[in-house]
Amino acid sequence: MRAATLNGSDAGISPTVTSDPQGARPAHSAPWMDTAFAWLTRFFAFLVFSLLLAILVSLVVGSQLTLQKYGFSFIWSAEWDPVQEQFGALVPIYGTLVTSLVAMLIGVPVSFGIALFLTELSPAWLKRPLGTAIELLAAIPSIIYGMWGLFVFVPLFQTHIQPLIIKTLGNVSYAGVLFAGPPIGIGMLTAGIVLSIMVIPFITAVMRDVFEIVPPMLKESAYGLGATTWEVVWRVVLPYTKVGVIGGIMLGLGRALGETMAVTFVIGNANRLAMSLMAPGNSIASALANEFTEAVGDLYFSALIELGLILFLITTIVLALAKLLLLRLGRSEGSRA
Amino acid sequence: MSAVLQNPSVIHAGNRIYRFRKFVNFALLAVSSLALAYGLFWLIWILGVLLYEGGTALARATLYYQMTPPPGADGGLANAIGGSLVMVAVGTFIGTPVGILAGTYLAEFGRNGWLAGATRFLNDVLLSAPSIVIGLFVYSVYVAKVGHFSAWAGALALALLVIPVVVRTTDDMLKLVPNTLREAAMALGCPVWKMVTMITYRAARTGILTGILLAVARISGETAPLLFTALNNQFWSNNLNAPMANLPVVIFQFAMSPYEDWHRLAWGGAALITLAVLVLNILARALFRKTD
Repeated sequence: MRAATLNGSDAGISPTVTSDPQGARPAHSAPWMDTAFAWLTRFFAFLVFSLLLAILVSLVVGSQLTLQKYGFSFIWSAEWDPVQEQFGALVPIYGTLVTSLVAMLIGVPVSFGIALFLTELSPAWLKRPLGTAIELLAAIPSIIYGMWGLFVFVPLFQTHIQPLIIKTLGNVSYAGVLFAGPPIGIGMLTAGIVLSIMVIPFITAVMRDVFEIVPPMLKESAYGLGATTWEVVWRVVLPYTKVGVIGGIMLGLGRALGETMAVTFVIGNANRLAMSLMAPGNSIASALANEFTEAVGDLYFSALIELGLILFLITTIVLALAKLLLLRLGRSEGSRA
Repeated sequence: MSAVLQNPSVIHAGNRIYRFRKFVNFALLAVSSLALAYGLFWLIWILGVLLYEGGTALARATLYYQMTPPPGADGGLANAIGGSLVMVAVGTFIGTPVGILAGTYLAEFGRNGWLAGATRFLNDVLLSAPSIVIGLFVYSVYVAKVGHFSAWAGALALALLVIPVVVRTTDDMLKLVPNTLREAAMALGCPVWKMVTMITYRAARTGILTGILLAVARISGETAPLLFTALNNQFWSNNLNAPMANLPVVIFQFAMSPYEDWHRLAWGGAALITLAVLVLNILARALFRKTD
């Protein structure tokens, strides 16, 4: 009605006003479309939100049989005998933790060194290509690491490096147990070393990002007082970004714990509890990859799914902690700014 | 003057503490450069081995049109390549819209609400969650219920891996779109759904596309989730409701076998996948760099 009067009175003067009825039309249908669109996106957000919970529920339901039969003793029983239907998760849990620990011991210092180089030492024009090259380590599929590990790294490791380690470190009292045994190439140490290469890009990326948020003024003040580059990194950059660095390490740990294919190739897949890192072992993920499609019997399936549940719980907790730490850094950074 | 020279102050380049600090600095920075060299060393070694071992396999035309052979016979990887392409395509096709819409909610509607915050958090956990667990999940909710392995299940598992990557990039990229663009659209009387689909999506287009490319790169090499879902197939299959061959699982099976021929094919497949993934990654980076 209003449009009609406008048309009647002002049509000749202002042609833009005549288009008003058309412009107003979407405004009438918009509330409906807008609500629908908002709910559509909310639905999918909720879907993503509930995915993690759905995974948890499905794993708990799938492992009912063993959960009821063994309870918590499943975690510390080392027996894994599909024929006798006796199942315990100690060996794979141990293998997962040990390989990830080895990966962290090697991967964290290396990642720190790389992040330090990329943020403090590298000439500006080299930063990008070098950073990209390190990131490409994360792009290589894990099955490639496994194949390369089995066919290329293991033979070299077995003939050249392992005998050396056994001869030197194997004779150290107490700690020597870790490096004792025949050099067979595959084993938990090998898996740990391959994993350490795979976590480098993830930890480096986080460290690099958090090192770059350190206010230049802090670093310049330290340099102004005569500090060396190393002192600036160790006494200013690292304390400032401590939370983020730990978050990055946890992120890498989460990756290492759940890594499947690379580990499956080189860990040896032996369900035996061994002190020596040289011995073959098993990790949760590699046990699943090897045995799941061949499993027969409900109890066997249930035991494997419970292994998956344990892996899921461990990695989710580690990753959630990592995320919380990184969020905390982000928040304190925000309040400082 | 001469007194100062005879009594060198503590602040002097020859001071023992100074020299020690300089030495520590030099040594540790050298170690840092070595760390970088160490990282690059593995990258070059792995890529070199792949090109060397896989190069000859890649050069043989039979790799692309013959099926996976029984042990001891000559053959190719055609069924595995085809199966991988199909499953990656279907997985991306299912996962992308879900991811984009969920990301849209996080950036455009939820922003700081509880659902957006919680979803962002859980999505980041999901982003690094072990892919083998995703395989187990799809196995228990789909494969076990239907009673058989299938390409659909494989594609579904891959879609679940695509979603968190796309959610994350869509959220990040939409948040980069300046609010003035949104305000301008609203001031013209544009409804919100039109504002999002025609203005902010367009502004964030390259960023979102980068995310999708990275997601495709990630799922192309994923093996673990396909083991319990798509399984494998020795022959070409057009049936999405049946097990389907795919490169990663074929590589796994062939590499673990004792046969030389199979090893050679596995190297060929490995080189093919890595090349594809690296090209996708570099493409995504180049595309994204053009926007900054």
